[in-house]
Amino acid sequence: MVETPAETLPISSGEDVVRVRQAVRLRCVEAGFSLVDQTKMVTAASELARNTLDHGGGGSVLVETIHLGNRRGVRLTFQDSGPGIPDIARALQDGFTTGSGLGLGLGGAKRLTNDFSIESTPGQGTRIMIARWKLT
Amino acid sequence: MPASSHSEISAIIDANEQQILKEWLEALRQGASLETGRIKEPELNTQAKGFFSHLRGALREGGLDVRSRGYETLRSFLAEVSRTRALKGYSPSETAMFVFSLKRPLFDAAAKSADASAAAQRGWEINQLIDELGLQTIESYQKVREEVILRQQSEISELSTPVVKLWDGVLALPLIGTLDSARTQVVMENLLQSIVDYGAEIAVIDITGVPTVDTLVAQHLLKTVAAARLMGADCIISGIRPQIAQTMVHLGVDLDVTTKSTLADAFAVALQRMGRTVVDVDSIAGRTAR
Repeated sequence: MVETPAETLPISSGEDVVRVRQAVRLRCVEAGFSLVDQTKMVTAASELARNTLDHGGGGSVLVETIHLGNRRGVRLTFQDSGPGIPDIARALQDGFTTGSGLGLGLGGAKRLTNDFSIESTPGQGTRIMIARWKLT
Repeated sequence: MPASSHSEISAIIDANEQQILKEWLEALRQGASLETGRIKEPELNTQAKGFFSHLRGALREGGLDVRSRGYETLRSFLAEVSRTRALKGYSPSETAMFVFSLKRPLFDAAAKSADASAAAQRGWEINQLIDELGLQTIESYQKVREEVILRQQSEISELSTPVVKLWDGVLALPLIGTLDSARTQVVMENLLQSIVDYGAEIAVIDITGVPTVDTLVAQHLLKTVAAARLMGADCIISGIRPQIAQTMVHLGVDLDVTTKSTLADAFAVALQRMGRTVVDVDSIAGRTAR
């Protein structure tokens, strides 16, 4: 099967968030994810894409299919050059928000995925990587 | 020399009018404008001749400056041509080809009627002129398409949020598609108004058609439920599929309302709360039969 090459999508409007969701869903279907896994990954992507837009002032996401031995997965890397997150541990706490949302997005995205990493420099931007593997 | 450039181009056009028009129409015909049947030959002829006569008028009055007043009639004529083509489903390049295919005939005419260096100069001016007009075409085309998109957006946001009455006092709101902020606002307003209009006590919000339920969607749902509650109506959220349920648990979203997996289940709960039930007609008939 031919695999879609890695692609970078811009996130600069609400419509872009919808496009990111669609791209991630297609990618998950291609990687053979079950419906539940697809939904989890798409939801995590939706949370982080909206964070990139609302808190990071826009940015981009790199969508790619990854391999580890026989396992296949989908990895997303969100990048923005916004104000950054001063206290990452606090940002990951449920219910903490600097905006008007529920404050569950970041922690939720972590719980919905297998791999999660976050780097942020205040004043320079934030980079969040998530990955989910197909259950074998 | 620049002062008289446009009059020279005018002269070239006047001298070769029939020839240019003939070659242009030929190019337009070959450009597949006719084959698809979206435009008839007489219409194409009228458009080409109309454009041509407006172009000559514009050259006389406005020189080579496409943005000047002399070009106003030509610009609006072009806008109309792009409009009709955009609505007929032409691609942007097909639409622009209407103008661009005039280049070759004009070049040829210019090359014939002057020596090499003057012809090159005329050619460059014609090139600029036609390019500008082509861009105008694309701009009007784009504008029409944007109008179409905007109209469709507003149509979608109104069409996709109907509130339906299931029973006396029971409303259903089947949500379909993406729940972004703008649409959620319409949804909420529709629901709250319908609660007043129907005097509803229970509203069932069905999210079977919502592909992704993230925290923002959950928050919008919760706000709608809270607003309905303030108006004295209870909400039931239905259509929670297994994958959505699992995802929401991981997200940590707590929907503080009655939820059901199907609209039918939610309707049953609503009827029960209203003190009504659905019974088998035959069993009643059996009981009352002598």
